[in-house]
Amino acid sequence: MKTAVIQFPGSNCDMDAVKAVQSTTAGTAELVWHTTKDLSAYDVIVVPGGFSYGDYLRAGAIARFSPVMDAVATEALRGKLVMGICNGFQVLTEAGLLPGALRQNESLQFRCEMAQLVVENTDTPYTRSYHEGEVIRIPIAHGEGNYYADDATVQELEKNEQIVFRYRKEHNPNGSVGDIAGIVNKNKNVLGMMPHPERAVHELLGSADGVRLFTSIFTTWRDAHGTR
Amino acid sequence: MTWQALIYVTLKGSVLDPQGTAVTKALHAMQYTNVHDVRVGKYLEVVFDADNEQAANEQVQAMCAKFLTNPVIETYTYRLAEVAS
Repeated sequence: MKTAVIQFPGSNCDMDAVKAVQSTTAGTAELVWHTTKDLSAYDVIVVPGGFSYGDYLRAGAIARFSPVMDAVATEALRGKLVMGICNGFQVLTEAGLLPGALRQNESLQFRCEMAQLVVENTDTPYTRSYHEGEVIRIPIAHGEGNYYADDATVQELEKNEQIVFRYRKEHNPNGSVGDIAGIVNKNKNVLGMMPHPERAVHELLGSADGVRLFTSIFTTWRDAHGTR
Repeated sequence: MTWQALIYVTLKGSVLDPQGTAVTKALHAMQYTNVHDVRVGKYLEVVFDADNEQAANEQVQAMCAKFLTNPVIETYTYRLAEVAS
């Protein structure tokens, strides 16, 4: 399994993502600069956290026009796994690969803390190693993670079982609609989430609950491709 | 012809504006109790060339729809004026 971690000017969780994939799966992972125009050699694409282009104009608004984003969209259409974490989630919504938008946190505060997530859907390539309804601990670090979509879009997300993670009731750190923390597209191959699973891959980091997200991805790939 | 567009971007009415709410409360604390609502937005000045007013309008609207605003949560108004080139 070959993983590309996209690196924009201002990305800062890129190496964490590379190391998380390397330490939790038998696959390889490498950084790919944002001017790359072809990602066909990769099985999995991670759009990492950070502050691409300084969050100028809106978080993700400028990164979304980077040359690499056409390639990301192409591979997403082909059914490859594309995962956006934090700023990566913002980039994927700006690019129209996921519905909705991320607003400023309701509290106006940048929140950097451990979050409790409920795994809402285990029938995705990213969550098959979790149990439905399980509460997992994954850290967040964002000022603009307040997910918004209009009522019709949220109903559609509910109906298609696209809501993958919610913050535990009464523990929503940013005011997101429906306590949404992470969603997938209709085909379930594109994931966006504000919490950082790559920062929760060892007990020494405060939680190892993110490990199974990466092992889910690897198991999905292995089932489709064998053990290469 | 050279044009200047003055573009005002705000959150849609249906989208809560936590900054605006905080500013409203601060104004109330300053005894401006007659203030009903504040919405905080962005202001952009774009100077560009276009053949005529219609083309200039079309370009501003396209730039706003594709990039300068996020239509999921934001709305905008603008004023357009020809400037000496």
